[in-house]
Amino acid sequence: MTRAMTITEKILADHAGLEEVKPGDLITARVDITLANDITGPVAINEFRRIGVNKIFDNERVVFVPDHFTPNKDIKSAQNAKLIREFAKEQGLKNYFEVGRLGIEHTLLPDQGIVCPGDLVIGADSHTCTYGAIGAFSTGVGSTDLACAMASGETWFKVPETIKVIFNGKLNKWVSGKDLILHLIGDIGVDGALYKSLEITGSTIDNLPIDGRFTICNMAIEAGGKNGIIPADAITEEYVKNRCQRPYKFYRSDENAEYCRVIEYNTEDIEPTVAFPHLPENTRPISKVGNIKIDQSVIGSCTNGRLSDIKEAAEIFAGRKVHPDVRLIVLPGTQEIFLESMKLGYVEKIVNAGGVFSTPTCGPCLGGHMGILAEGERAISTTNRNFVGRMGHPKSEVYLSNPAIAAASAILGRIASPDEL
Amino acid sequence: MGKIWRYGDNVDTDVIIPARYLNSTDAKELAAHCMEDIDTEFAKNVQQGDIIVADENFGCGSSREHAPIAIKESGISTVIAKSFARIFFRNAINIGLPIVEHKEIPDDAQAGDELEVDLGNGIVKNLTKNKTYQINPFPPSIQKLIEAGGLVEYTKERVKR
Repeated sequence: MTRAMTITEKILADHAGLEEVKPGDLITARVDITLANDITGPVAINEFRRIGVNKIFDNERVVFVPDHFTPNKDIKSAQNAKLIREFAKEQGLKNYFEVGRLGIEHTLLPDQGIVCPGDLVIGADSHTCTYGAIGAFSTGVGSTDLACAMASGETWFKVPETIKVIFNGKLNKWVSGKDLILHLIGDIGVDGALYKSLEITGSTIDNLPIDGRFTICNMAIEAGGKNGIIPADAITEEYVKNRCQRPYKFYRSDENAEYCRVIEYNTEDIEPTVAFPHLPENTRPISKVGNIKIDQSVIGSCTNGRLSDIKEAAEIFAGRKVHPDVRLIVLPGTQEIFLESMKLGYVEKIVNAGGVFSTPTCGPCLGGHMGILAEGERAISTTNRNFVGRMGHPKSEVYLSNPAIAAASAILGRIASPDEL
Repeated sequence: MGKIWRYGDNVDTDVIIPARYLNSTDAKELAAHCMEDIDTEFAKNVQQGDIIVADENFGCGSSREHAPIAIKESGISTVIAKSFARIFFRNAINIGLPIVEHKEIPDDAQAGDELEVDLGNGIVKNLTKNKTYQINPFPPSIQKLIEAGGLVEYTKERVKR
Protein backbone atom coordinates (compact mmCIF):
# COMPACT_ATOMS: atom_id res chain seq x y z
CA MET A 1 0.00 0.00 0.00
CA THR A 2 1.52 3.30 -1.07
CA ARG A 3 1.13 6.44 1.00
CA ALA A 4 -1.88 8.67 0.42
CA MET A 5 -0.88 11.30 -2.11
CA THR A 6 -2.06 14.60 -3.57
CA ILE A 7 -2.64 15.05 -7.31
CA THR A 8 0.72 16.78 -7.64
CA GLU A 9 2.53 13.97 -5.81
CA LYS A 10 0.83 11.33 -7.97
CA ILE A 11 1.75 13.02 -11.25
CA LEU A 12 5.35 13.52 -10.12
CA ALA A 13 5.61 9.90 -8.91
CA ASP A 14 4.23 8.52 -12.19
CA HIS A 15 6.63 10.62 -14.25
CA ALA A 16 9.57 9.60 -12.07
CA GLY A 17 8.66 5.91 -12.39
CA LEU A 18 8.14 5.66 -8.63
CA GLU A 19 5.41 4.00 -6.59
CA GLU A 20 5.24 6.99 -4.31
CA VAL A 21 6.89 10.31 -3.49
CA LYS A 22 6.69 12.59 -0.48
CA PRO A 23 7.39 16.30 0.00
CA GLY A 24 11.12 17.01 0.06
CA ASP A 25 12.06 14.06 -2.18
CA LEU A 26 14.43 14.99 -5.00
CA ILE A 27 13.34 13.18 -8.14
CA THR A 28 14.21 13.01 -11.81
CA ALA A 29 11.03 13.03 -13.86
CA ARG A 30 10.09 12.57 -17.50
CA VAL A 31 8.52 15.66 -19.08
CA ASP A 32 5.61 15.50 -21.52
CA ILE A 33 5.97 19.00 -22.95
CA THR A 34 8.64 21.72 -22.86
CA LEU A 35 7.73 25.27 -23.84
CA ALA A 36 9.69 28.42 -24.58
CA ASN A 37 8.87 31.85 -26.01
CA ASP A 38 10.82 34.48 -27.94
CA ILE A 39 12.48 35.87 -24.79
CA THR A 40 13.50 32.65 -23.07
CA GLY A 41 13.83 30.53 -26.24
CA PRO A 42 17.01 32.08 -27.66
CA VAL A 43 18.82 31.61 -24.34
CA ALA A 44 17.55 28.00 -24.16
CA ILE A 45 18.69 27.27 -27.72
CA ASN A 46 22.19 28.65 -26.98
CA GLU A 47 22.41 26.45 -23.87
CA PHE A 48 21.07 23.46 -25.81
CA ARG A 49 23.93 23.86 -28.31
CA ARG A 50 26.46 23.67 -25.46
CA ILE A 51 25.16 20.26 -24.33
CA GLY A 52 26.53 18.66 -27.44
CA VAL A 53 23.56 16.64 -28.68
CA ASN A 54 22.22 17.26 -32.17
CA LYS A 55 18.57 16.43 -31.67
CA ILE A 56 15.94 17.43 -29.18
CA PHE A 57 14.31 14.51 -27.34
CA ASP A 58 11.01 14.59 -29.25
CA ASN A 59 9.95 16.88 -32.08
CA GLU A 60 6.28 16.79 -31.05
CA ARG A 61 6.93 17.65 -27.43
CA VAL A 62 9.32 20.59 -27.68
CA VAL A 63 7.14 23.65 -28.24
CA PHE A 64 8.06 27.22 -29.19
CA VAL A 65 5.58 30.09 -29.17
CA PRO A 66 7.14 33.46 -30.05
CA ASP A 67 4.41 35.56 -28.44
CA HIS A 68 6.14 38.20 -26.31
CA PHE A 69 7.66 40.74 -28.71
CA THR A 70 5.82 39.64 -31.87
CA PRO A 71 4.87 40.82 -34.44
CA ASN A 72 8.46 41.89 -33.89
CA LYS A 73 8.76 45.25 -32.20
CA ASP A 74 12.35 45.97 -33.24
CA ILE A 75 15.38 44.53 -35.00
CA LYS A 76 16.77 42.75 -31.94
CA SER A 77 13.51 40.95 -31.25
CA ALA A 78 13.26 40.05 -34.94
CA GLN A 79 16.71 38.46 -34.70
CA ASN A 80 15.57 36.43 -31.69
CA ALA A 81 12.41 35.28 -33.50
CA LYS A 82 14.52 34.31 -36.49
CA LEU A 83 16.85 32.26 -34.32
CA ILE A 84 13.86 30.29 -33.00
CA ARG A 85 12.33 29.89 -36.47
CA GLU A 86 15.58 28.45 -37.82
CA PHE A 87 15.95 26.11 -34.85
CA ALA A 88 12.35 24.91 -35.34
CA LYS A 89 13.09 24.10 -39.00
CA GLU A 90 16.39 22.42 -38.23
CA GLN A 91 14.78 20.21 -35.58
CA GLY A 92 11.58 19.59 -37.53
CA LEU A 93 9.42 20.84 -34.66
CA LYS A 94 5.72 20.01 -35.05
CA ASN A 95 4.69 22.65 -32.56
CA TYR A 96 6.35 25.88 -33.61
CA PHE A 97 3.83 28.64 -34.11
CA GLU A 98 4.32 31.54 -36.51
CA VAL A 99 2.72 35.01 -36.32
CA GLY A 100 -0.80 34.72 -37.69
CA ARG A 101 -1.13 31.14 -36.44
CA LEU A 102 0.00 31.67 -32.89
CA GLY A 103 -1.65 32.82 -29.71
CA ILE A 104 -0.52 33.73 -26.25
CA GLU A 105 1.29 30.56 -25.21
CA HIS A 106 -0.77 29.59 -22.15
CA THR A 107 -4.05 30.06 -23.98
CA LEU A 108 -2.80 28.40 -27.14
CA LEU A 109 -1.32 25.19 -25.73
CA PRO A 110 -4.38 23.82 -23.96
CA ASP A 111 -6.69 25.13 -26.72
CA GLN A 112 -4.62 23.19 -29.27
CA GLY A 113 -4.68 20.07 -27.10
CA ILE A 114 -0.89 20.13 -26.81
CA VAL A 115 -1.11 19.97 -23.03
CA CYS A 116 -3.40 17.28 -21.62
CA PRO A 117 -4.66 16.30 -18.16
CA GLY A 118 -2.11 14.40 -16.08
CA ASP A 119 0.83 15.77 -18.08
CA LEU A 120 4.05 17.03 -16.58
CA VAL A 121 4.94 20.27 -18.33
CA ILE A 122 7.82 22.68 -17.88
CA GLY A 123 8.00 26.01 -19.62
CA ALA A 124 10.52 28.80 -19.68
CA ASP A 125 7.79 31.20 -18.69
CA SER A 126 6.60 31.62 -15.15
CA HIS A 127 2.92 31.42 -16.10
CA THR A 128 3.34 27.85 -17.33
CA CYS A 129 1.50 26.97 -14.10
CA THR A 130 -1.73 27.80 -16.02
CA TYR A 131 -2.23 24.19 -17.17
CA GLY A 132 -3.04 23.06 -13.64
CA ALA A 133 -6.54 24.14 -14.65
CA ILE A 134 -6.92 20.93 -16.66
CA GLY A 135 -5.25 18.76 -14.03
CA ALA A 136 -1.69 18.83 -15.38
CA PHE A 137 1.40 19.43 -13.27
CA SER A 138 3.02 22.41 -14.92
CA THR A 139 5.61 24.85 -13.71
CA GLY A 140 7.92 27.60 -14.89
CA VAL A 141 11.66 27.12 -15.20
CA GLY A 142 14.56 29.11 -16.61
CA SER A 143 16.15 28.70 -20.01
CA THR A 144 18.99 26.42 -18.88
CA ASP A 145 16.62 23.99 -17.13
CA LEU A 146 14.53 24.00 -20.27
CA ALA A 147 17.49 23.43 -22.59
CA CYS A 148 18.56 20.39 -20.59
CA ALA A 149 15.04 18.96 -20.68
CA MET A 150 14.88 19.61 -24.44
CA ALA A 151 17.96 17.40 -24.75
CA SER A 152 17.15 14.68 -22.24
CA GLY A 153 13.37 14.66 -21.93
CA GLU A 154 13.64 14.87 -18.17
CA THR A 155 14.32 17.27 -15.34
CA TRP A 156 14.77 17.27 -11.57
CA PHE A 157 12.22 18.37 -9.01
CA LYS A 158 11.94 18.70 -5.30
CA VAL A 159 8.50 17.31 -4.46
CA PRO A 160 6.59 20.28 -3.01
CA GLU A 161 4.34 20.37 0.02
CA THR A 162 0.75 21.13 -0.91
CA ILE A 163 -1.57 23.83 0.37
CA LYS A 164 -5.22 22.97 -0.10
CA VAL A 165 -7.42 25.95 -0.87
CA ILE A 166 -11.17 25.44 -0.65
CA PHE A 167 -13.63 27.92 -2.14
CA ASN A 168 -17.21 27.22 -1.17
CA GLY A 169 -20.33 29.13 -2.07
CA LYS A 170 -21.90 31.01 -4.96
CA LEU A 171 -20.03 33.81 -6.69
CA ASN A 172 -21.23 37.36 -6.09
CA LYS A 173 -22.17 39.51 -9.06
CA TRP A 174 -19.14 40.49 -11.22
CA VAL A 175 -16.91 38.05 -9.31
CA SER A 176 -14.89 35.58 -11.37
CA GLY A 177 -11.85 33.31 -11.17
CA LYS A 178 -9.63 36.40 -11.19
CA ASP A 179 -11.17 37.68 -7.98
CA LEU A 180 -10.78 34.34 -6.23
CA ILE A 181 -7.06 34.16 -7.01
CA LEU A 182 -6.46 37.86 -6.20
CA HIS A 183 -8.30 37.35 -2.90
CA LEU A 184 -6.13 34.33 -2.10
CA ILE A 185 -2.89 36.19 -2.97
CA GLY A 186 -4.06 39.17 -0.93
CA ASP A 187 -4.54 36.83 2.00
CA ILE A 188 -1.42 34.64 1.87
CA GLY A 189 0.95 37.12 0.18
CA VAL A 190 3.24 36.95 -2.82
CA ASP A 191 5.38 34.35 -1.08
CA GLY A 192 2.52 32.61 0.73
CA ALA A 193 2.94 29.47 -1.36
CA LEU A 194 6.71 29.71 -1.94
CA TYR A 195 8.10 26.32 -3.13
CA LYS A 196 4.62 24.83 -2.59
CA SER A 197 1.81 23.40 -4.65
CA LEU A 198 -1.60 25.07 -4.51
CA GLU A 199 -4.48 22.62 -4.88
CA ILE A 200 -7.65 24.59 -5.55
CA THR A 201 -10.93 22.88 -4.72
CA GLY A 202 -14.40 23.36 -3.28
CA SER A 203 -17.97 23.66 -4.49
CA THR A 204 -17.26 27.01 -6.19
CA ILE A 205 -14.48 25.45 -8.25
CA ASP A 206 -16.63 22.39 -9.05
CA ASN A 207 -19.03 24.78 -10.78
CA LEU A 208 -16.47 27.16 -12.25
CA PRO A 209 -16.14 27.13 -16.06
CA ILE A 210 -12.76 26.17 -17.51
CA ASP A 211 -11.83 29.78 -18.41
CA GLY A 212 -12.02 30.86 -14.77
CA ARG A 213 -9.98 27.83 -13.75
CA PHE A 214 -7.23 28.84 -16.17
CA THR A 215 -7.18 32.33 -14.64
CA ILE A 216 -6.80 30.91 -11.13
CA CYS A 217 -3.97 28.50 -11.94
CA ASN A 218 -2.25 31.13 -14.12
CA MET A 219 -1.63 33.29 -11.05
CA ALA A 220 -0.44 30.55 -8.66
CA ILE A 221 3.08 31.87 -9.33
CA GLU A 222 1.96 35.26 -8.01
CA ALA A 223 1.68 33.59 -4.59
CA GLY A 224 5.13 32.06 -5.14
CA GLY A 225 3.57 28.67 -5.93
CA LYS A 226 5.42 25.95 -7.79
CA ASN A 227 2.17 24.94 -9.42
CA GLY A 228 -1.54 25.46 -9.08
CA ILE A 229 -3.81 22.51 -9.75
CA ILE A 230 -7.52 21.83 -9.97
CA PRO A 231 -8.88 18.27 -9.92
CA ALA A 232 -10.00 17.28 -13.42
CA ASP A 233 -13.74 16.59 -13.70
CA ALA A 234 -16.64 16.65 -16.17
CA ILE A 235 -15.95 20.30 -17.03
CA THR A 236 -12.35 19.36 -17.84
CA GLU A 237 -13.49 16.38 -19.92
CA GLU A 238 -15.84 18.59 -21.91
CA TYR A 239 -12.96 20.97 -22.68
CA VAL A 240 -10.27 18.42 -23.57
CA LYS A 241 -12.24 15.67 -25.29
CA ASN A 242 -12.04 17.14 -28.79
CA ARG A 243 -8.63 18.72 -28.28
CA CYS A 244 -6.23 16.19 -26.80
CA GLN A 245 -5.01 13.62 -29.32
CA ARG A 246 -2.94 11.68 -26.78
CA PRO A 247 -4.28 9.45 -24.00
CA TYR A 248 -4.72 11.50 -20.86
CA LYS A 249 -5.33 10.79 -17.22
CA PHE A 250 -7.42 12.41 -14.51
CA TYR A 251 -5.71 12.31 -11.13
CA ARG A 252 -7.50 12.87 -7.83
CA SER A 253 -5.95 13.44 -4.43
CA ASP A 254 -6.44 10.61 -1.96
CA GLU A 255 -8.95 11.25 0.85
CA ASN A 256 -6.23 11.25 3.49
CA ALA A 257 -3.51 12.97 1.48
CA GLU A 258 -1.31 15.28 3.54
CA TYR A 259 -1.51 19.05 3.23
CA CYS A 260 0.84 21.49 4.96
CA ARG A 261 -2.02 23.95 5.23
CA VAL A 262 -5.73 24.07 4.46
CA ILE A 263 -7.35 27.44 3.73
CA GLU A 264 -11.09 27.81 3.31
CA TYR A 265 -13.06 30.74 1.92
CA ASN A 266 -16.74 31.46 1.65
CA THR A 267 -17.06 33.15 -1.74
CA GLU A 268 -20.04 35.13 -0.52
CA ASP A 269 -17.42 37.23 1.34
CA ILE A 270 -15.46 37.92 -1.86
CA GLU A 271 -16.15 41.08 -3.88
CA PRO A 272 -14.58 42.00 -7.20
CA THR A 273 -10.97 42.55 -6.14
CA VAL A 274 -8.32 45.00 -7.31
CA ALA A 275 -4.58 44.66 -6.66
CA PHE A 276 -2.91 48.04 -6.11
CA PRO A 277 0.65 48.84 -7.14
CA HIS A 278 3.22 47.39 -6.87
CA LEU A 279 2.45 43.86 -5.74
CA PRO A 280 -0.40 41.44 -6.57
CA GLU A 281 -0.92 41.00 -2.80
CA ASN A 282 -1.97 44.65 -2.30
CA THR A 283 -5.61 43.80 -2.82
CA ARG A 284 -8.74 45.74 -1.96
CA PRO A 285 -12.39 44.91 -2.55
CA ILE A 286 -13.89 47.16 -5.24
CA SER A 287 -16.03 48.92 -2.59
CA LYS A 288 -12.85 50.19 -0.91
CA VAL A 289 -10.93 51.31 -3.98
CA GLY A 290 -11.75 55.04 -3.82
CA ASN A 291 -11.32 57.47 -6.68
CA ILE A 292 -8.47 56.20 -8.89
CA LYS A 293 -8.37 57.85 -12.31
CA ILE A 294 -6.91 55.77 -15.13
CA ASP A 295 -5.25 56.47 -18.48
CA GLN A 296 -5.42 52.96 -19.95
CA SER A 297 -7.43 49.77 -19.63
CA VAL A 298 -5.93 46.48 -20.81
CA ILE A 299 -8.20 43.47 -21.25
CA GLY A 300 -6.66 40.15 -22.24
CA SER A 301 -3.35 38.29 -21.73
CA CYS A 302 -2.66 34.71 -20.65
CA THR A 303 -4.61 35.51 -17.50
CA ASN A 304 -7.86 36.88 -18.97
CA GLY A 305 -7.81 36.72 -22.77
CA ARG A 306 -10.25 33.86 -23.28
CA LEU A 307 -13.58 34.05 -25.05
CA SER A 308 -15.69 34.44 -21.92
CA ASP A 309 -13.43 37.29 -20.74
CA ILE A 310 -13.91 39.17 -24.01
CA LYS A 311 -17.64 38.39 -23.96
CA GLU A 312 -18.01 39.83 -20.48
CA ALA A 313 -16.20 43.03 -21.48
CA ALA A 314 -18.07 43.34 -24.79
CA GLU A 315 -21.45 43.12 -23.08
CA ILE A 316 -20.47 45.97 -20.77
CA PHE A 317 -19.22 48.10 -23.69
CA ALA A 318 -22.36 47.50 -25.76
CA GLY A 319 -23.92 50.91 -26.51
CA ARG A 320 -21.40 52.71 -24.30
CA LYS A 321 -18.23 54.70 -25.01
CA VAL A 322 -14.73 54.50 -23.61
CA HIS A 323 -13.98 57.59 -21.48
CA PRO A 324 -12.30 60.33 -23.57
CA ASP A 325 -9.17 60.24 -21.38
CA VAL A 326 -8.75 56.45 -21.55
CA ARG A 327 -7.11 54.12 -24.10
CA LEU A 328 -8.72 50.67 -24.21
CA ILE A 329 -6.55 47.84 -25.51
CA VAL A 330 -7.91 44.30 -25.92
CA LEU A 331 -5.54 41.35 -26.35
CA PRO A 332 -7.32 38.14 -27.42
CA GLY A 333 -5.58 34.94 -26.33
CA THR A 334 -5.46 33.33 -29.76
CA GLN A 335 -6.44 33.97 -33.38
CA GLU A 336 -9.30 31.51 -32.91
CA ILE A 337 -10.62 33.54 -29.97
CA PHE A 338 -10.28 36.69 -32.09
CA LEU A 339 -12.30 35.11 -34.91
CA GLU A 340 -14.98 33.86 -32.52
CA SER A 341 -15.12 37.32 -30.93
CA MET A 342 -15.73 38.75 -34.37
CA LYS A 343 -18.44 36.21 -35.29
CA LEU A 344 -20.23 36.75 -32.00
CA GLY A 345 -20.16 40.54 -32.36
CA TYR A 346 -17.81 41.22 -29.45
CA VAL A 347 -15.23 42.94 -31.64
CA GLU A 348 -17.84 45.29 -33.05
CA LYS A 349 -19.13 46.26 -29.60
CA ILE A 350 -15.62 46.97 -28.34
CA VAL A 351 -14.45 48.86 -31.44
CA ASN A 352 -17.65 50.90 -31.53
CA ALA A 353 -17.05 51.84 -27.91
CA GLY A 354 -13.65 53.22 -28.90
CA GLY A 355 -11.36 50.33 -28.01
CA VAL A 356 -8.61 48.75 -30.08
CA PHE A 357 -7.90 45.06 -30.69
CA SER A 358 -4.31 43.90 -30.69
CA THR A 359 -2.96 40.71 -32.22
CA PRO A 360 -2.50 37.95 -29.63
CA THR A 361 0.71 39.07 -27.88
CA CYS A 362 2.01 39.44 -24.34
CA GLY A 363 2.79 43.02 -25.44
CA PRO A 364 2.01 45.57 -22.74
CA CYS A 365 1.57 43.03 -19.93
CA LEU A 366 5.34 42.91 -19.45
CA GLY A 367 6.08 46.38 -20.77
CA GLY A 368 7.15 45.00 -24.13
CA HIS A 369 5.15 46.92 -26.72
CA MET A 370 1.57 47.67 -27.90
CA GLY A 371 0.54 49.88 -24.99
CA ILE A 372 3.45 51.10 -22.85
CA LEU A 373 2.72 53.59 -20.07
CA ALA A 374 4.40 56.99 -19.80
CA GLU A 375 5.69 58.51 -16.56
CA GLY A 376 2.90 59.03 -14.05
CA GLU A 377 0.29 57.12 -16.05
CA ARG A 378 -2.03 54.53 -14.57
CA ALA A 379 -3.62 51.42 -16.04
CA ILE A 380 -6.28 49.02 -14.92
CA SER A 381 -5.34 45.66 -16.37
CA THR A 382 -6.61 42.09 -16.40
CA THR A 383 -3.00 40.87 -16.55
CA ASN A 384 -1.11 39.21 -13.71
CA ARG A 385 1.64 41.52 -12.41
CA ASN A 386 1.82 45.11 -11.22
CA PHE A 387 5.48 45.35 -10.24
CA VAL A 388 7.40 48.63 -10.54
CA GLY A 389 7.75 49.46 -14.24
CA ARG A 390 5.89 46.34 -15.33
CA MET A 391 3.89 48.08 -18.08
CA GLY A 392 6.35 50.82 -18.91
CA HIS A 393 7.85 53.78 -17.10
CA PRO A 394 9.18 52.97 -13.60
CA LYS A 395 6.90 55.76 -12.33
CA SER A 396 3.75 54.34 -13.94
CA GLU A 397 1.19 52.26 -12.06
CA VAL A 398 -0.73 49.05 -12.80
CA TYR A 399 -3.89 47.96 -10.99
CA LEU A 400 -5.01 44.36 -11.55
CA SER A 401 -8.65 43.33 -11.88
CA ASN A 402 -11.10 41.08 -13.70
CA PRO A 403 -12.40 42.01 -17.20
CA ALA A 404 -15.73 43.42 -15.94
CA ILE A 405 -14.00 45.93 -13.67
CA ALA A 406 -11.47 46.81 -16.39
CA ALA A 407 -14.35 47.41 -18.83
CA ALA A 408 -16.41 49.55 -16.44
CA SER A 409 -13.28 51.50 -15.50
CA ALA A 410 -12.53 52.22 -19.16
CA ILE A 411 -15.98 53.75 -19.51
CA LEU A 412 -15.94 55.76 -16.30
CA GLY A 413 -12.29 56.86 -16.45
CA ARG A 414 -11.68 55.62 -12.92
CA ILE A 415 -11.56 52.20 -11.29
CA ALA A 416 -15.18 51.16 -10.81
CA SER A 417 -17.68 48.34 -10.85
CA PRO A 418 -20.16 47.85 -13.71
CA ASP A 419 -22.83 48.47 -11.05
CA GLU A 420 -21.95 52.17 -11.30
CA LEU A 421 -22.78 52.38 -14.99
CA MET B 1 35.32 40.43 0.13
CA GLY B 2 32.81 42.92 -1.14
CA LYS B 3 30.50 45.78 -0.33
CA ILE B 4 26.82 45.19 0.39
CA TRP B 5 24.02 46.43 -1.85
CA ARG B 6 20.98 46.18 0.43
CA TYR B 7 17.42 45.59 -0.81
CA GLY B 8 14.13 44.61 0.84
CA ASP B 9 11.38 42.03 0.30
CA ASN B 10 10.05 40.77 -3.05
CA VAL B 11 12.76 42.10 -5.38
CA ASP B 12 11.16 40.94 -8.63
CA THR B 13 12.86 39.99 -11.87
CA ASP B 14 11.18 42.93 -13.64
CA VAL B 15 13.24 45.36 -11.56
CA ILE B 16 16.36 43.18 -11.71
CA ILE B 17 16.19 43.45 -15.50
CA PRO B 18 13.21 45.29 -17.03
CA ALA B 19 11.53 43.59 -20.01
CA ARG B 20 12.35 46.53 -22.27
CA TYR B 21 15.92 45.17 -22.35
CA LEU B 22 14.95 41.53 -22.95
CA ASN B 23 15.29 41.89 -26.70
CA SER B 24 18.96 41.20 -25.96
CA THR B 25 20.61 38.06 -24.65
CA ASP B 26 24.01 39.75 -24.31
CA ALA B 27 25.18 39.53 -20.69
CA LYS B 28 27.07 42.86 -20.81
CA GLU B 29 24.08 44.72 -22.20
CA LEU B 30 21.81 43.19 -19.57
CA ALA B 31 24.27 44.02 -16.76
CA ALA B 32 24.33 47.68 -17.87
CA HIS B 33 20.64 47.92 -16.86
CA CYS B 34 20.65 45.63 -13.82
CA MET B 35 18.42 46.87 -10.95
CA GLU B 36 17.79 50.08 -12.90
CA ASP B 37 14.14 50.52 -11.91
CA ILE B 38 14.75 50.39 -8.15
CA ASP B 39 18.35 51.64 -7.94
CA THR B 40 19.82 53.82 -10.65
CA GLU B 41 23.21 53.84 -8.85
CA PHE B 42 23.71 50.08 -8.94
CA ALA B 43 24.92 49.49 -12.50
CA LYS B 44 27.10 52.61 -12.39
CA ASN B 45 28.86 51.87 -9.12
CA VAL B 46 28.82 48.11 -8.49
CA GLN B 47 32.33 46.67 -8.06
CA GLN B 48 33.61 43.21 -8.87
CA GLY B 49 33.01 41.03 -5.80
CA ASP B 50 30.19 43.11 -4.29
CA ILE B 51 27.29 41.30 -2.64
CA ILE B 52 23.54 41.78 -2.84
CA VAL B 53 21.72 41.27 0.45
CA ALA B 54 17.93 41.21 0.47
CA ASP B 55 15.01 40.04 2.59
CA GLU B 56 12.25 37.59 1.61
CA ASN B 57 11.32 36.21 -1.84
CA PHE B 58 14.24 37.57 -3.87
CA GLY B 59 13.79 37.11 -7.62
CA CYS B 60 10.02 36.65 -7.65
CA GLY B 61 7.99 36.97 -10.85
CA SER B 62 9.14 36.14 -14.34
CA SER B 63 11.26 33.07 -15.14
CA ARG B 64 13.73 35.17 -17.15
CA GLU B 65 17.20 33.75 -16.71
CA HIS B 66 18.39 37.16 -17.89
CA ALA B 67 17.95 38.27 -14.24
CA PRO B 68 20.68 36.11 -12.61
CA ILE B 69 22.77 36.55 -15.78
CA ALA B 70 22.61 40.36 -15.39
CA ILE B 71 23.49 40.15 -11.70
CA LYS B 72 26.40 37.80 -12.28
CA GLU B 73 27.79 39.84 -15.17
CA SER B 74 27.55 43.05 -13.14
CA GLY B 75 30.26 41.66 -10.87
CA ILE B 76 28.13 40.55 -7.93
CA SER B 77 29.87 37.57 -6.29
CA THR B 78 26.98 36.31 -4.13
CA VAL B 79 23.33 37.07 -3.46
CA ILE B 80 22.25 36.54 0.14
CA ALA B 81 18.54 36.64 0.98
CA LYS B 82 16.17 35.39 3.66
CA SER B 83 14.40 33.44 0.91
CA PHE B 84 14.47 33.13 -2.87
CA ALA B 85 11.64 32.67 -5.36
CA ARG B 86 11.96 29.12 -6.66
CA ILE B 87 12.59 29.75 -10.37
CA PHE B 88 15.28 32.32 -9.56
CA PHE B 89 16.84 29.84 -7.12
CA ARG B 90 17.11 27.16 -9.84
CA ASN B 91 18.32 29.62 -12.46
CA ALA B 92 21.07 30.98 -10.20
CA ILE B 93 22.37 27.46 -9.46
CA ASN B 94 22.14 26.52 -13.15
CA ILE B 95 24.21 29.48 -14.36
CA GLY B 96 26.66 29.43 -11.46
CA LEU B 97 25.61 32.55 -9.54
CA PRO B 98 26.33 31.75 -5.88
CA ILE B 99 23.31 32.28 -3.62
CA VAL B 100 22.92 31.92 0.12
CA GLU B 101 19.63 31.56 1.97
CA HIS B 102 20.05 32.91 5.49
CA LYS B 103 17.62 34.44 7.96
CA GLU B 104 20.07 36.41 10.15
CA ILE B 105 22.67 37.90 7.79
CA PRO B 106 20.18 40.35 6.20
CA ASP B 107 18.95 41.58 9.60
CA ASP B 108 22.40 42.94 10.50
CA ALA B 109 23.45 43.96 7.01
CA GLN B 110 23.41 47.58 5.87
CA ALA B 111 24.27 49.04 2.49
CA GLY B 112 28.01 49.57 2.24
CA ASP B 113 29.00 47.03 4.93
CA GLU B 114 32.03 44.91 4.02
CA LEU B 115 31.19 41.21 3.78
CA GLU B 116 33.46 38.22 3.43
CA VAL B 117 31.88 35.08 1.95
CA ASP B 118 33.65 31.72 2.18
CA LEU B 119 31.27 29.27 0.51
CA GLY B 120 33.75 26.39 0.71
CA ASN B 121 33.86 26.52 4.49
CA GLY B 122 30.30 27.78 4.89
CA ILE B 123 31.25 31.00 6.67
CA VAL B 124 30.09 34.57 6.10
CA LYS B 125 31.65 37.48 8.01
CA ASN B 126 30.24 40.97 8.24
CA LEU B 127 33.52 42.82 8.79
CA THR B 128 31.83 46.16 9.42
CA LYS B 129 29.56 44.72 12.12
CA ASN B 130 32.18 42.24 13.31
CA LYS B 131 29.77 39.29 13.10
CA THR B 132 30.31 35.74 11.83
CA TYR B 133 27.64 33.41 10.47
CA GLN B 134 27.52 29.72 9.56
CA ILE B 135 25.73 28.82 6.35
CA ASN B 136 24.21 25.45 5.57
CA PRO B 137 25.54 23.53 2.58
CA PHE B 138 23.18 22.75 -0.33
CA PRO B 139 21.61 19.27 -0.41
CA PRO B 140 23.92 16.67 -2.08
CA SER B 141 22.00 16.60 -5.38
CA ILE B 142 22.41 20.35 -5.83
CA GLN B 143 26.06 20.10 -4.73
CA LYS B 144 26.50 17.56 -7.54
CA LEU B 145 25.19 20.11 -10.07
CA ILE B 146 27.50 22.81 -8.75
CA GLU B 147 30.50 20.47 -8.70
CA ALA B 148 29.79 19.37 -12.28
CA GLY B 149 30.04 23.05 -13.27
CA GLY B 150 26.34 23.78 -13.66
CA LEU B 151 23.35 22.00 -15.14
CA VAL B 152 24.61 21.99 -18.74
CA GLU B 153 27.81 20.17 -17.77
CA TYR B 154 25.82 17.78 -15.58
CA THR B 155 23.39 17.06 -18.44
CA LYS B 156 26.27 16.46 -20.88
CA GLU B 157 27.28 13.52 -18.71
CA ARG B 158 23.71 12.23 -18.37
CA VAL B 159 22.86 12.27 -22.08
CA LYS B 160 26.10 10.40 -22.87
CA ARG B 161 24.89 7.40 -20.88
